[in-house]
Amino acid sequence: MDLTLWTYEGPPHVGAMRIATSMEGVHYVLHAPQGDTYADLLFTMIERRGKRPPVTYTTFQARDLGGDTAEMVKVSVREAVERFQPQALLVGESCTAELIQDQPGALASGMGLPIPIVNLELPAYSKKENWGAAETFYQLGRRLLKDQVPPPGATRPVRAPGVRPKVNLLGPSALGFRCRDDVTEVCRLLGEIGVQVSVVAPLGASPADLRRIPEADLNICLYPEVAKPLCDWLERQFSMPCARTVPIGIGATRDFLQEVGAALGVDVTMALRPDVVGASDLWSPQRGGGSTERARSRLPWYSRSVDSTYLTGKRVFVFADGTHALAAARIATAELGFELVGLGTYSRESAKLVRAAARDYGLDALITDDYLTVEQAIGDAAPELVLGTQMERHIAKRLSIPCAVISTPIHVQDVPARYGPQMGWEGANVIFDTWVHPLMMGLEEHLIGMFREDFEFVDGHQSHLHAGGSKPKDPPAAAASASVGAEKAGRWSQEGLAELGKVPFFVRGKVRRNTEAFAQTRGIELITVDTLYEAKAHHGR
Amino acid sequence: MALIQQSDAALQASGGCAQPLTLLRERGQREVFCGLTSIVWLHRRMPDAFFLVVGSRTCAHLVQSAAGVMIFAEPRFGTAILGERDLAGLADANDELDRVVEQLLERRPEIRTLFLVGSCPSEVIKLDLANAAQRLSRRHLPRVRVVSYSGSGIETTFTQGEDNALAAMVPLLPHSEEESLLLVGTMADQVEDQLCRLFRQLGLSRVHTLPPRCSTDLPPVGPDTRILLCQPYLSATARALQGRGAQLVAAPYPLGVEGTTAWIQAAAGAFGLAANAVQPHLEAARQRGHQAVARYRDQLEGKRLFLLPDSQLEIPLARFLHQECGMVLQEVGTPYLDRLLMAAELAQLPTTTTISEGQHVDRQLERVRATRPDLVVCGLGLANPLEAEGMATKWSIELVFSPIQGYEQAGDLAELFARPLARRQRLHF
Repeated sequence: MDLTLWTYEGPPHVGAMRIATSMEGVHYVLHAPQGDTYADLLFTMIERRGKRPPVTYTTFQARDLGGDTAEMVKVSVREAVERFQPQALLVGESCTAELIQDQPGALASGMGLPIPIVNLELPAYSKKENWGAAETFYQLGRRLLKDQVPPPGATRPVRAPGVRPKVNLLGPSALGFRCRDDVTEVCRLLGEIGVQVSVVAPLGASPADLRRIPEADLNICLYPEVAKPLCDWLERQFSMPCARTVPIGIGATRDFLQEVGAALGVDVTMALRPDVVGASDLWSPQRGGGSTERARSRLPWYSRSVDSTYLTGKRVFVFADGTHALAAARIATAELGFELVGLGTYSRESAKLVRAAARDYGLDALITDDYLTVEQAIGDAAPELVLGTQMERHIAKRLSIPCAVISTPIHVQDVPARYGPQMGWEGANVIFDTWVHPLMMGLEEHLIGMFREDFEFVDGHQSHLHAGGSKPKDPPAAAASASVGAEKAGRWSQEGLAELGKVPFFVRGKVRRNTEAFAQTRGIELITVDTLYEAKAHHGR
Repeated sequence: MALIQQSDAALQASGGCAQPLTLLRERGQREVFCGLTSIVWLHRRMPDAFFLVVGSRTCAHLVQSAAGVMIFAEPRFGTAILGERDLAGLADANDELDRVVEQLLERRPEIRTLFLVGSCPSEVIKLDLANAAQRLSRRHLPRVRVVSYSGSGIETTFTQGEDNALAAMVPLLPHSEEESLLLVGTMADQVEDQLCRLFRQLGLSRVHTLPPRCSTDLPPVGPDTRILLCQPYLSATARALQGRGAQLVAAPYPLGVEGTTAWIQAAAGAFGLAANAVQPHLEAARQRGHQAVARYRDQLEGKRLFLLPDSQLEIPLARFLHQECGMVLQEVGTPYLDRLLMAAELAQLPTTTTISEGQHVDRQLERVRATRPDLVVCGLGLANPLEAEGMATKWSIELVFSPIQGYEQAGDLAELFARPLARRQRLHF
């Protein structure tokens, strides 16, 4: 039994819903009590979907438990197949139905229905949403492809010369992070190197599309959280190679093109040609619609331009799903020149990879799904920017630290109307803007330092923090509330505290933390103005 | 889940007067929240209480998703998520629960009342939370009292969670022989203040509320307590209070000017005040209320309304929107029909009204599509899909979060329904 206040992931059947809702021609009958239908609103509200998720719930109640809940499953299956006429049916149960053991999948399989039935067994008391999505995608793919599995030892036919290579994009799903736009961007990227995208799944795919997966030359595992088990199985059973670099960021996009190029025997040198630094970025008629000019990213030049100098060494805390955490760590350090002060994930499935990456950055990875632990870690690290999920956005808001959302769990504002991919060249542009804007623009930071003594300047007028409620609740002098565990540190003298209040708010937390740590190691009990400056000299900026 | 359609042409409202309303009873998929959802407003009402759901990851996910209230960094509700080990042995589950409660109370020393909230899985594995609450109370009293109730989906629909929570508090209420009025059901503090002010003007000085604003400030109850329900979903609480000797005042609910007037008059009548003596005290507020509602009547009059079952507020809302705003009722869905608590409301509905009890959501949506109402009141899961089909919608959950009762809010209530219509008029693409 675990005490949980907020959860990063829903139960595994919500993962299954994400697969069903992503697809066309798939319906999901879920044996679940009344109330579990709340999950519909995740899709209709957060993603503003104009259709109900293709899910029929049995919604049994206490009075049904003494009777025939198994019969309710059969009625629901029959009605759903009649009404929605799916090409394939997923049948499963939520946490409560798991306890009453009606085995809805087996019941449905015995009904002699004319469509493939996938019996989903998703253990609700030990697994979570992403696992459920991956398992569902795998089970559905396996069910639809099992009659195509080649005999052991069979070799894949070699692609004839002159035939365009084809790939599948596996993993984009409903309620993923920017999947819709990532797919567009990756298709564009692949188009540039002459590679055709055959099947995109589960997003927008039908069961018939899944049956075409083996026709491609390569699978691209775009989101391992959802697609890894299926990609692994296709690699084993169909000898289909799989590209596993996730193209988020400049370096990763280049690696991705190289990996795909190598796997397909395609020359990608032109696509990898470095951009002309600071080249004229004016609009020209040749660049209008239909231009064949290669897409490129402004991130490298923007990051080198002098205005970005102020980004150097900004302390960044990253917490996300495995894929986005790893990508963010690489971009933050290698492409924006930040300093990584924390790296973690709630995806236990990626714990190993994230641990290894954290070690490379000289950090201990934070692998947890406990929101309070993450909050504590962020408070302790006193970063200047948090890259996280909606949960970290709330933590950051409370600590008055700028934040950008880079991963699920998401809220409605993470599904923008505009084109906002994370992957490929344009994704890198989007990332540059969304990560850098919450920080102060270089000049603005300088000006605030210069004018902060002026009476017009009021702490809290921080336009980069989201409107309203972001104002720190504490009075300015005590606003370094980021120092969780401050009670352990030395006391502040009145003058010391007043001097701390003069430090610009965006570094005040760090200064407080450094000073308290300094006082603690020196055994200083009362922190004075002198202690503050001694600590400053000791720590450097 | 066969449709049990009773063309119950003469639904007997328990008031005794025959209502030629049509009652449609349906069974099938119910697109409703479970009782856990009511934690979202209950925890706001009693800031010194904590609501601990004993359930699954689904429960935790539901409360956080349904509410969309993740703004609270550390909320006063949480979930003790059952793991495989808890399912294997109930003895362990009880030990684990004690440990989690210990951990929680240590972290939140300001908590005075802890509600253990039962869920579908805890009910199915028969985890005895009543027993656990007694055991934990013994350990933590006088600092913290532990109470239990069920908010499970197999037993409660949405607002029934509040009903069970309040019913669980009834045995704790002190006994009193004094004559008093007990307002039952959560309303916004501001609304409650307005209504209490009116009761004071009428000379009713001992007015208490359940739930109280502070979980330890429990209202007294006894044979001279008159219960006035502020919300229509409190069947179990009303029964429990009657069990303590209190007398239930039959009244409609304080939605709209007429609803509020009848509600206050009913309470006043129970204390022997004559209607014509009460009326002058209400007149100013009534006038203001009428004026505020009138502003929206033009937009609402003649518009056809379809209410899907969800919050249990559907019948009183339908009465207000028909009677005071002139809307035409196509179908009034309700998760369940408590004829006793709805008697005064049903009596005021036009005789042509179709009431549906329970739900078969696909069939109901077929009726919505067939009748093309001007406005559909529904849950969040259905709102955008219906809008995408060209129908204006009002989310029912907003009605349990917004201050809507009383005279001063009558206009706001009408506005909630006028807004989706007004918005459609503004937009041109």
